[in-house]
Amino acid sequence: MSMWLQLILVLPVMALSAAVLLRFAGRRAFPQNAYWRDMPLGVAFGHVLAAGMLGLAVKLYFIDRIVFFRWAVHGFGICAVAGYLFRAAGRHIGPAPLRKLFRQMPLTAAFGILTVLVYAFIAVFAGWLAPYGQAQIFEAVNVLPGTDPAHPLGTDQIGRDIFTRLIYGAQNTVGIAFVTTLIAFFLGGTLGFLAATIGGRFDQFLSRSVDVLMAIPALIFALLLMTIASAWAGSERWLLTVYMVLIIALIDSTRVFRLARAVGSNIVVMDYIEAARLRGEGLAYLVFREILPNATAPLLAEFGLRFCFVFLTIAALSFLGIGIQPPLADWGTMVKDLSQFINFAAFSPLTAALPLMAAGAIALLTVAVNFIVDWMLQRSSGLKE
Amino acid sequence: MKERLLKIRDLRIEGLSDEQWWPIVRGVDLDLSRGEVLGLIGESGAGKSTLGLAAMGYTRDGCRISGGLVEFDGIDMVHAPAHVKRDLLGRRIAYVAQSAAASFNPAHRLLGQCTESPVQHGVMSRSEAEERAIALYERLRLPDPQQIGFRYPHQVSGGQLQRAMTAMAMVAKPDLIIFDEPTTALDVTTQIEVLAAIRDIVQQSGTAAIYITHDLAVVAQMADRIKVLLRGEEVEEADTRSMLASPREDYTKSLWAVRSFQRPAKPAVAQGVSPLIRLEKVTATYGQVPVLKDISLDIHSGRTVAVVGESGSGKSTAARVITGLLTPRAGRVLLDGVPLPASYRDRGKDHLRQIQMIYQMADTALNPRCTIGDIIGRPVEFYMGLTGREKRRRVEELMVQIEMEPGEYMNRLPGELSGGQKQRIGIARALAAEPRFIICDEVTSALDQLVAEGILRLLARLQDELGLAYMFITHDLATVRAIADEVVVMKEGRVVEAGPKDRMFHPPHHPYTELLLSSVPEMEPDWLTRVLEARGPSEIGEAAIAKMNNSESSGSPDA
Repeated sequence: MSMWLQLILVLPVMALSAAVLLRFAGRRAFPQNAYWRDMPLGVAFGHVLAAGMLGLAVKLYFIDRIVFFRWAVHGFGICAVAGYLFRAAGRHIGPAPLRKLFRQMPLTAAFGILTVLVYAFIAVFAGWLAPYGQAQIFEAVNVLPGTDPAHPLGTDQIGRDIFTRLIYGAQNTVGIAFVTTLIAFFLGGTLGFLAATIGGRFDQFLSRSVDVLMAIPALIFALLLMTIASAWAGSERWLLTVYMVLIIALIDSTRVFRLARAVGSNIVVMDYIEAARLRGEGLAYLVFREILPNATAPLLAEFGLRFCFVFLTIAALSFLGIGIQPPLADWGTMVKDLSQFINFAAFSPLTAALPLMAAGAIALLTVAVNFIVDWMLQRSSGLKE
Repeated sequence: MKERLLKIRDLRIEGLSDEQWWPIVRGVDLDLSRGEVLGLIGESGAGKSTLGLAAMGYTRDGCRISGGLVEFDGIDMVHAPAHVKRDLLGRRIAYVAQSAAASFNPAHRLLGQCTESPVQHGVMSRSEAEERAIALYERLRLPDPQQIGFRYPHQVSGGQLQRAMTAMAMVAKPDLIIFDEPTTALDVTTQIEVLAAIRDIVQQSGTAAIYITHDLAVVAQMADRIKVLLRGEEVEEADTRSMLASPREDYTKSLWAVRSFQRPAKPAVAQGVSPLIRLEKVTATYGQVPVLKDISLDIHSGRTVAVVGESGSGKSTAARVITGLLTPRAGRVLLDGVPLPASYRDRGKDHLRQIQMIYQMADTALNPRCTIGDIIGRPVEFYMGLTGREKRRRVEELMVQIEMEPGEYMNRLPGELSGGQKQRIGIARALAAEPRFIICDEVTSALDQLVAEGILRLLARLQDELGLAYMFITHDLATVRAIADEVVVMKEGRVVEAGPKDRMFHPPHHPYTELLLSSVPEMEPDWLTRVLEARGPSEIGEAAIAKMNNSESSGSPDA
């Protein structure tokens, strides 16, 4: 028998017997405790597996060669501590309602809010924070990170400071994504609520049109439209960015429409809407005063998620070369430009980490926004008393 | 003394809300012998359902048993291991939920669901269990007991489903059944049938039961002993007869007295006075399904017309036609002798203002994101054009009228109010339009009896002060007795009988009215026995209605 086969057979048996042992020991140690007493074997097995994984992680951490894992652990720890400190600060500083909010906040949400605040700060003050201009070109091309104190993260193929461009990326990528999402929500939300309120043929027409748009794969559709748009834009680079915003907003508004219509049609059947209709209220009042306030929780949650998707779409389009146009710095483009460096992982971890930094910036924001959204969803469902 | 089956001592249960544990049940004792039926009664929030579930050693999510003892047949249910409890539940303790429609799995046939628990517990083989289930169907007087088990839950009526659920609980021959408001969602004529079936089967099989309800008249029929709960504490406990005859505590007495509210009927309207609202030969359909068949109805100003009927009789549809939400196929609605446009969209602001509506579920009738001040203020602003300080003054005036403190409640959200307060806000919103006619659609049926009585008194007072006309849609005859001047009985989209209240409550009646009146439970332990003896088991509920329909169709073929 091969060694792997033996391992596959022996490991589960060992883990299982460890689980039985663990449960037995737990019951012996705490005879009155209902948790140990009612513990199914599966849960005990899970505990053993988790313990095994933890041991493995500790072992990996102390192997010098595996430096990325160590960095990840450090990053995770720093994020957790930062989130904790942020929450602790929020609990003691500021007006009473804010403090109450912080008291009920889970750590993940605190970290999410902190991250979004930091991103917003960097985006707004990019011009002050960055050492150079985003389009500024230096003589020294392809400077490796850590070798030149003037360029802490080095320069790219044509001599632009990577650190500067990372900071400006927050402004461009996040800013454009935010505007795009806003447009998508305004468009999709309004039409969705109108479809739910008016119903009938109007609803059928809008819904079927949206179905048609949704039937086309989003990224391919965006590529197609961008090709057309680039013909219209001609040499006007900034115009292409505007077109991109509108195209992505249109495509994403179909998803928003679906949600707004679904949420709206649940609200429209409520008696208070009937009461407002019988009062003789107009459409605008119904949509904005009666429906919208009751749909904010799911819409906000969707806003967070949609923001991430838009953000990723922009990054993907930029990666393909038709998104945010140079010389504007953008994380998607940076991942593409720097992607070759990842081959140097064995020789210079810091160099290899360059494309990961841009990618990590995207990932971190996505995770942070999702943490906030999760928390808001939980709050909005828990508040219904 | 019979053998003790269930013993609860100083039971405390807490619920999690706003990150804090609040007491729901505060130290209740309970004893139940084999074969005994205990009625648990109290308002919503009294903790009666929580207590009933705790008897099974179970608490809902977000609740915990924080102290006390629950002993079922000598087994400590609070600390029993999960597998011990699993073994008991469904086999020796069964639960019948309030809404059978929501508790049955719509994707499986009745018989399969009824036999599941004894087969799972290994008490019986499948064929044995099926045999027993069919026998139970028969004893519960379900129609066609051999075949009904092969139907899906949506293919039987609500009353039948509730009886099927009782059968499901009984199949495994449990020692204890917990009935959690099993008839609350049913019409009176159906309720009596279910009550009779449950009572007989519990008596015959000698099962102990806890019967949870808020309806005193119902519990009087079912229980040997009654325990009254208030805010998680026991008020008093006594056997049914002595409790009904001489309640000791003030709270119990107030519960007993609720139904005493009765307003004398106003004198009949003089001939020739034109009615405020008149329905003329209205026929309405939902799609192709006829709901209203040639209805005519007069409502005079200052009077209350109660429209009575079972669910599906078309009483709410009549209201929808009056408000213009449903365009009738034929006939018209007149306001002051002038025909109203059929659809609310075509009606002017002044027409809309004069007809207002109060809804059954105050929860869904008030926008949960609007403050009370905004909810009442909107019609004031919309119809009267008042803004700023004037609007505020008017809203305060309205809140005083509905007996709520403006300063305290103006800025609250509906979610922060109790059910009765919400209903009052609904009334204030209707009043804000300064209407002449208000449709009250089952406004008290979702409320506790004490609260409902307060609402009825308020509506009566407002009518006297403002000269309002009410159309009072209800299925509860006690409410009709309390507030109506005239009564209209509806059945399957037709007006069966109409006239002044006094005449309606005195014989002779139309047979349907007779059935309806005789099905309303009375506060007397022998009522059910008496009715059953007087009418016979085939003369109540669905069977009686079916018989009546047959004789009607054969008696008058042109109808």
